[in-house]
Amino acid sequence: MLQFKELKKLLKNDLSGLPSIKIALAGDTATQFLVTAIQGVGIQRGYSIDLFEAEYNQVERQLLDPTSDLYGFDADFVVIFQSTHKLGEYHSLLSAEQQLSLADERLAFLASICENPVFANKKIIYFNYPEIEDTVFGSYANKVPSSLTYQVRKLNYELMNMAQRYPNLFICDLAGLQNKMGRDMMFSSNVYISTEMVLSLDALPYVASRVMDIVCAIKGQFKKCLILDLDNTLWGGVIGDDGLEGIELGHGLGIGKAFSELQMWVKKLKQRGIIICVASKNNEETAKEPFEKHPDMVLKLDDIAVFQANWETKVDNIRTIQRILNIGFDSMVFLDDNPFERNIVRENIKGITVPELPEDPGDYLEYLYSLNLFETASYSSADKDRTKQYQVEAKRVSLSKTFTNEADFLKSLDMKSTVSGFTKFNTPRVAQLSQRSNQFNLRTVRYTEAEISAMAENPDIIDLSFTLNDKFGDNGLIAVIILKPMDQDTLFIDTWFMSCRVLKRGMESFTLNTIVERAKSAGYRRIVGEYLPTTKNKMVERHFPDLGFIRIQGASSDLYELDVDTYQPKECYIEKQECE
Amino acid sequence: MERKEIFKKLNDIFCDVLDLDEVELSDSTCADDIEEWDSLSHIQLIVAIEKTFRIKFTSLEIMKWKNVGEMVDSIMSK
Repeated sequence: MLQFKELKKLLKNDLSGLPSIKIALAGDTATQFLVTAIQGVGIQRGYSIDLFEAEYNQVERQLLDPTSDLYGFDADFVVIFQSTHKLGEYHSLLSAEQQLSLADERLAFLASICENPVFANKKIIYFNYPEIEDTVFGSYANKVPSSLTYQVRKLNYELMNMAQRYPNLFICDLAGLQNKMGRDMMFSSNVYISTEMVLSLDALPYVASRVMDIVCAIKGQFKKCLILDLDNTLWGGVIGDDGLEGIELGHGLGIGKAFSELQMWVKKLKQRGIIICVASKNNEETAKEPFEKHPDMVLKLDDIAVFQANWETKVDNIRTIQRILNIGFDSMVFLDDNPFERNIVRENIKGITVPELPEDPGDYLEYLYSLNLFETASYSSADKDRTKQYQVEAKRVSLSKTFTNEADFLKSLDMKSTVSGFTKFNTPRVAQLSQRSNQFNLRTVRYTEAEISAMAENPDIIDLSFTLNDKFGDNGLIAVIILKPMDQDTLFIDTWFMSCRVLKRGMESFTLNTIVERAKSAGYRRIVGEYLPTTKNKMVERHFPDLGFIRIQGASSDLYELDVDTYQPKECYIEKQECE
Repeated sequence: MERKEIFKKLNDIFCDVLDLDEVELSDSTCADDIEEWDSLSHIQLIVAIEKTFRIKFTSLEIMKWKNVGEMVDSIMSK
């Protein structure tokens, strides 16, 4: 974590190349330093933050008055920081009866903002309330609903409920941060007295970081995968030397407890949808033994999406994991107890997060908690099924490594494809793919379910859908072709899109063979294809020429033609299962 | 600690916090003499001085100093 003064210096850099995010900040205490800290952390994360700071202590006016400067600024994110200090001040002015509704009053105010149509497409980030234990009642405050302690805790609890009701409301857990750091670190009385700032200089980078965690998660920048070293990271000792009975794990032996608790945390991340992988310098069998046999292992082989244990470098293994998962390095976290390995990974893999684990494994968890690595902007119970899907993909990739040539590998997959026209069973999936396919999509024409059904009824249109399964599993419907007559002799490829999951399996060749077959039997002699470039489909720029199509000279767009009569079916290793 | 030694450390702190190449503080130096020394960077200076000398200023001290000399008096009194 950079210090405040270092964040401040970042602002002097040239930010012209960075994408900009507009954030409005309204607080009831002095927020100038928080502004600087948020901008600094923004730069660290690759954004230039255009920040509007509402005038001092004008939260209500700025947020409720439609003519305010804050409205005029039109921010993407509105950050609201109402402090426990000011809440406590207000609390002290109220009668005991009025104090009873302190939390409710605040919640009603926030609800009115969340419901305001002006903020409907903005994200509201609201700081919850770090407790100030005023000891007016001592512990007895727990029995007194009008006490500040009681009202603050009620407020924090109800904010969680509110955040579930309003999709545009995100709580920035300042109270959680104070639980971690301690009130004496978060708050500095002499700074507060002389400036009205309730956050200490030391706390600011952490607070700003928590704000930007939420902003980045909403922007789609978040961690998806955790890669683990094994020896002295996931258990104490070295499995290859100490053996199954010798490694430290569980509550019995040595510092085993620390590792068990780390595993419990990893397991919860997995259940939340984080993909868990292993990268370890070990024999695969040796490395897997604890997962299979050690009674105190919390993590099982089932929990690991990709298991890379061999004598290649960590860098190579992490790259392999990246290829299998097909996610960016910037969405990966790598945990390793060895500083040397950490540095090599950091230096060679740009974007990956490598926490500087403390020396004492007993400190691992508390340190990891402080980093808040896995912020997210959404959660659904379906997220947890992801592991299975990646395990299947990992098996395919590890098989491909054992073959020296591609053809042998493809043959060994036992691929089968079912070719079918559009039916009432596959129409929803065809329409869904039509809406979603971006990369492998030659013309990116989007069709709705109704349009797909209509084409199925039209005898002039040839409609084809393809599934693909292999010995590892079924990929389902993965490619769609729509062919329309151009003239008596010519068929036009109106639509060709494919799921990127099945790239490099010969599916393109198989699809073209099928197209030509159909064209021939319907009496066509020429097939014309077109590539319409978008920002996302560059990968198929050379699709038609690569398949043997000839570019039509003089055409105003990228048009290609193929002669049906002279076409030689392409070799591929996919067996056709036809059904109509 | 000697007054001279404190000044030497303060010069370093001011350079670091205010991002200055060089500064020569004296007893009479005040905020008006250094452009970067404003009410906000003042707080950064205080926190940096507290950390360097492992002391804590009272709220009153922070608000009443008129120049660096008085700051040094406070540091010496700790």
